[in-house]
Amino acid sequence: MEGQNLAQAYRLFDCIQCGRCTGGCPMSLKSRFNIRRLIYEALIDEDMDLRSQEVLWDCTTCATCTLRCPKGLDPTDMVIAMRSILVDGGRIPPTLRDALKSLAIRGNPLTMAREERADWAEGLGVKEISEGAKVLYFVCCSASYDPRVQKVAKALVQAFKKAGVDFGIQGNEEVCCGSEARRVGETGLFEMLRELNIETLRQYPVEVMVTTSPHCYNAFKNEYQGLGFQVQHYTQFVAGLIDEGKLPLSKEVRKVITYQDPCFLGKQNKVFEEPRKILENIPGLELRELDRSRERSLCCEGGGGRMWAEGTNPEVRLAHTRVQEAMDLGAEVLATACPFCLLTLEDAAKTVAGEEGIQVMDIMELVVEAL
Amino acid sequence: MGPRTGIYICHCGVNIAATVDVEAVTRFAQALPSVAIARDYTYMCSDPGQALIKEDIKGFGLTKVVVASCSPRMHEPTFRDTIQEAGLNPYCLEMANIREQCSWVHEGKEEATRKAMELVAAAVDKAFLLEPLEERRAEVTPTALVIGGGIAGMQAALDIANAGFQVYLVEKEPHLGGHLTQLDKTFPTLEPVVLLLAKVIKAVEEHPGIDLLISTEVVSVEGYIGNFKVDVTDKTTTRGLQVGAIVLATGYDLFDARLKPEYGYGLYENVITGLDFERLAFSSGSGEGKVLVNGREPQDVVFIQCVGSRDKSVGQEYCSRICCMYTAKQALLVKETLPQAQVTVLYMDVRAYGKGFEEFYDQVRSEGVVYRRGSPSEIFKKGERLVIRTEDTLLGESVQLEADLVVLATGITPRRDSLKIANLLKLPRSPDGFFMEAHPKLRPVDTVMEGVYLAGCCQGPKDIPDTVTQAKAAAASAMIPLCQGQVKVEAVTSIIDEEICSGCGVCAEICVYDALSLHARKGVMTINEVLCKGCGACATACPSKAIKLSHFTPAQILAQVDALV
Repeated sequence: MEGQNLAQAYRLFDCIQCGRCTGGCPMSLKSRFNIRRLIYEALIDEDMDLRSQEVLWDCTTCATCTLRCPKGLDPTDMVIAMRSILVDGGRIPPTLRDALKSLAIRGNPLTMAREERADWAEGLGVKEISEGAKVLYFVCCSASYDPRVQKVAKALVQAFKKAGVDFGIQGNEEVCCGSEARRVGETGLFEMLRELNIETLRQYPVEVMVTTSPHCYNAFKNEYQGLGFQVQHYTQFVAGLIDEGKLPLSKEVRKVITYQDPCFLGKQNKVFEEPRKILENIPGLELRELDRSRERSLCCEGGGGRMWAEGTNPEVRLAHTRVQEAMDLGAEVLATACPFCLLTLEDAAKTVAGEEGIQVMDIMELVVEAL
Repeated sequence: MGPRTGIYICHCGVNIAATVDVEAVTRFAQALPSVAIARDYTYMCSDPGQALIKEDIKGFGLTKVVVASCSPRMHEPTFRDTIQEAGLNPYCLEMANIREQCSWVHEGKEEATRKAMELVAAAVDKAFLLEPLEERRAEVTPTALVIGGGIAGMQAALDIANAGFQVYLVEKEPHLGGHLTQLDKTFPTLEPVVLLLAKVIKAVEEHPGIDLLISTEVVSVEGYIGNFKVDVTDKTTTRGLQVGAIVLATGYDLFDARLKPEYGYGLYENVITGLDFERLAFSSGSGEGKVLVNGREPQDVVFIQCVGSRDKSVGQEYCSRICCMYTAKQALLVKETLPQAQVTVLYMDVRAYGKGFEEFYDQVRSEGVVYRRGSPSEIFKKGERLVIRTEDTLLGESVQLEADLVVLATGITPRRDSLKIANLLKLPRSPDGFFMEAHPKLRPVDTVMEGVYLAGCCQGPKDIPDTVTQAKAAAASAMIPLCQGQVKVEAVTSIIDEEICSGCGVCAEICVYDALSLHARKGVMTINEVLCKGCGACATACPSKAIKLSHFTPAQILAQVDALV
């Protein structure tokens, strides 16, 4: 009965099998994952057996299929529902299972201790949000624990201080937004985290929450209700600081750079201009656009739980393609504004270009170079 | 002697009879006060059904008739004619809607039957109070206005003028022909459009009965069927026109391909629209209609169907109806002039529904054009060439096609200024944004505004033959009032009690037909009964209750309500 239930819940009867979902799917470039066919199978087979669908774990939930669908369907959500069925049956890649377990126990998927969450901020003089502030900086699990992404958080703190922003962080109290839990099909865990976060966050009398990650931004903005404050990705907030003249970027950064639009920022939330605005305001910097940019940007394969699940055909990596494209442009730096993009692209850069090749940086790191 | 009412309960085949016990309703009706006769019949609107009513009017000396059947929108005019033919005033009819408001929406027979009885009882009580109304007539100005000088407007103007009526043809642009001036050849007959068009334009320009107003726009429309007052301007001078009927033929806009950024239109110069292709085919230096890209013959040409059609993601839900065939035509042109080129059409469904269309589609394929099923998702570049990402849905495989030229089959959209035109003529638009016909089946060229008719793509996407057909239909409809010389004016209108009216003007503000104005000397509002459509908005709005609507007077409505509660 799974097929029929999915068909009703996700309006699969409306599908005209045009193939735009699969045609636009970044994973269809390297995997047998065929979302149009999955829809068709769910439609005609009441007893569809998902257990054989190992490729379901390939999906990065970049949502290109949803955006391209001419009939207004949401195939991304259908894939998530299919994953839920697998998760409920205990069929989940072991690496993902460990991440989810850590998320449930420690509030982060990185198997790190709760009490170490704010260690990155030690000595930076960042206040806790409970002391009162206008801006809540939501750091994100990756930026809290991953040494590479911590640099982004530190850069953001430096810029905030420079601009005189009255901000605070939750410190060790911060708990994962649950975006990845939802996208791998652990709906129950996501709902639990959401409830917990809403309860905590709504107490703070802040005006705006600023996130490091587009994934947290998307979750808080589109999947949480009743927070009582605005949610912004840092590129939006920082572009605003530049607009208001609060963040003068005076030092030259003589670099040719290109920019990777993160799916959860660009495609899914249409934040295309602000990151470019920041880059254009850095003196000396030359921005060269990738051919596949904005609405046609190519996913780095980091979303949808893929940081914890390799997926099929790991020999081919879209991040490699992306790095190669950036190098073909003559870019010295491939910039992005997402922890997952940063990690996957940097990995790829090491493989494709070696240590001395193209650099992968977060926009914030370029900003602080210009301060 | 009080009113003698006849009641007629319709089975509507099984539409009503399957859910409502019509015999029980008939017995119930027979017992109501003032009722002389109650009958039921399979189809009351049929000739024998109407004959029953007419015989009873004579036989029983009926003064009021109640028909319990479908919505008055459907058959009120029918039964008004019926009773008029038998000598009754047509406004002595009341309808109880026991189909749309009862049998179609309820399931339980017992409850539906009880509700039908109540609806009948209410109608009888209202009928008791109905008063005969006088249908008046207004003279018709025997001229027509056609708005839009494309193929639709020109054809409508020619037909009306050929019938001997004066026509004003207003065109916003400085030339006639509309979108056709941009096209190369027709489908499926492959005639040069320029020849077709030249013939029609010449006929229009030389016609003594057509007053051609180019570079001119309509700025205001007042009045009613038979007597419209229209102001037009050419930016320097404004002139007033008096016309009896208006044909609207304002055409369409092409879908803006930039709204689908994934296809790279506007970014890559070798991604073009179907209209760009027409221009290329026209102007190509080879003189044989050969399409060149950067002066070179393209090796791989890919056509993409349904760009901005059947696509909710850009708010275009409908099929544009012309793209399958114009793409087939263009693909054929490439294949014929560049036989070595690989020509591929990417489609989701091919709709070859018109006369000669399927045969043409067959011809195009047999000439070597390859149709692959799959709607592309995105285009990017590879050096000078383009890469089209799509799934071949028949193979079930994601593929990347390379091409030197991509042609997007962009669809038809409502004109960007259609809201302005709609406001000018007080016309409703259907959810797709095109002007709405009065009835999709039976009144496809009429509008709810009497005397205003639709022709061509302003009502919805159409090819040339369908456009010309509709233009001729609109012309014929517009000529009905012009030929009649007089028009019937709605007898149901608002009536102002001058003793009560304070002349505050609230009614005039609310009236969308501009039917109310302040009487210069009396200081009270007066109604232009020809403009009034009897909608009743003013009667509801009047703070002093000085306005009542004939045929829906407070007494009549309250009687109906009393019977129901």
